[in-house]
Amino acid sequence: MKRIGAIAGITFKEAKRDRILYLLFFFAALGIVASRVLAILTVGDRVKIIKDVGLASIAVFGVLMAILIGTGLVYKEIDKKTIFTLLAKPLHRAEFILGKFLGLVLTLFVMTAAMTVIFLAIVYAHTLQVEGRLLVAVAYIFLELVLITAVAILFSSFSTPILSSLFALAFYLIGHLSWGLELIIKKMAPGTGRTLVRILYLVLPDLENFNFKTEVVHGLPIPPGIYVSSVLYGVCYTAFILGLAVLVFRRRDFV
Amino acid sequence: MADAIRIEDLRKSFRLGFIPKTREILKGITFSVREGETFGYLGPNGAGKTTTIKCLLGLIRPDAGSIAIFGRPHASPGSRAPLGFLPENPYFYDYLTAREFLAFTGDLFGLGRAEQGERIPRLLELVGLARAADLPLRKYSRGMLQRAGLAQALINDPKLVVLDEPLGGMDPLGRKEIRDIIVRFKDEGKTVFFTSHILQDIEMICDRVAIIVGGRIVKEGSLRDLISEKVLFTEVTVSGLPPAAFEGLGESVSTRGDRVLLKVYDEARVDEVVGLVHDRKGRLVSLSPRTETLEDIFVDTVTRT
Repeated sequence: MKRIGAIAGITFKEAKRDRILYLLFFFAALGIVASRVLAILTVGDRVKIIKDVGLASIAVFGVLMAILIGTGLVYKEIDKKTIFTLLAKPLHRAEFILGKFLGLVLTLFVMTAAMTVIFLAIVYAHTLQVEGRLLVAVAYIFLELVLITAVAILFSSFSTPILSSLFALAFYLIGHLSWGLELIIKKMAPGTGRTLVRILYLVLPDLENFNFKTEVVHGLPIPPGIYVSSVLYGVCYTAFILGLAVLVFRRRDFV
Repeated sequence: MADAIRIEDLRKSFRLGFIPKTREILKGITFSVREGETFGYLGPNGAGKTTTIKCLLGLIRPDAGSIAIFGRPHASPGSRAPLGFLPENPYFYDYLTAREFLAFTGDLFGLGRAEQGERIPRLLELVGLARAADLPLRKYSRGMLQRAGLAQALINDPKLVVLDEPLGGMDPLGRKEIRDIIVRFKDEGKTVFFTSHILQDIEMICDRVAIIVGGRIVKEGSLRDLISEKVLFTEVTVSGLPPAAFEGLGESVSTRGDRVLLKVYDEARVDEVVGLVHDRKGRLVSLSPRTETLEDIFVDTVTRT
């Protein structure tokens, strides 16, 4: 546990030195603040526009942080050969991957918290009240970021940062479009085709499970069971991806 | 005494290139390093020295063969607990200071704060980095990085120290200091396994050596057994006489001013040269018999293989 903590600590230190992180944070903050301008220009409930744009900024820039930093994490260690010194210690390769993952998750937690503080302050400026329900949407955005971090680390363990970023971005896009398969399954007649589409839907990620933005912004009810099933889905999928990353990483030779 | 490292029939090949072609790097390596000895692993560039070390440390998975560290299979991370490693051209997190970096490596070995507090200043002092301990590593010279690398390799007070080219990039003074540290390891009962291109250093500090050429061990043994005491030739420097005076006695290698350097291969002729110098009122500047060195054995072995 101490070894995982040491790797996580060094990863956090390294990630917080990355300029991309602050650049993305700046744009996220800009997006959240600019939602006020959008609200003025739009006909309708201004507060809803601010909440919608604010949550979308946290989600999009959070994902970009996870992908752009996560995809370089393991690769950099191999490229700069720092991995030689680390793996020559009594460190399991799985501990290394977990440490890297937790270090970036900690970085994303700090960044998401900072973006949320700005977001809540902007909402407070309009409504003069702190809306706890917004935190639910943010918490599930964070759960999605955790999963994307695992995906970025998986690709980073065998590919270059550019390719890994493309793969991780594709995973994110597929994840937000795969719910369409569920609709197709409902409309298909029973048979091999439907079974195949169902298997495809099960294998592909469904990141809409973490999207509570609409419900939170528009005050729609959320069935309590969904909270639990989404958390379970996120935890299981993340564990599966991390398991794959460990498998790939364990088989690698560091020449 | 038990074996600190035991390598048996180690084989490794890589598939390289756009159209993958298999290249066999290690072709059945077998040797052992006894506990408490200083073992030199020599070979020309590309012979497979670093690949052997990477297999030993679990950085590369061998195709075949077995490696044991103090009797434990090398694949288990636990086998690396009594081991310290200094890579060739060490690369570290350059934004950390040497003190922070040592604390990080201490954490990887599960050392407590009190232990680290005692060991880190001692190690920084040992490798001569006490005054630069709080500078980020990116400001270090190559030699300083090598010293920081040596310090991190010792953080767990290892029983076995593996050093890949530890004297590379060091100035003569630094080389002597590191050499002295390695000699001290021996006094402390540590086993040292190291590679170096500087054969003089290996000859000075190693008990045994193995020479690897083209992925095969071609010579292994104690330096005493490998290097014969036989005089190869005698170098004689004389002044006051022309090189022509020694025709038939020895080979004139160079002339500087009135000094002539001769190589006399036949030991019986050495006395004749000395007598000639005395008779013709010349001056004998120096006379040194040259016995076989590790370099001779290395060059001979590599050329023949």
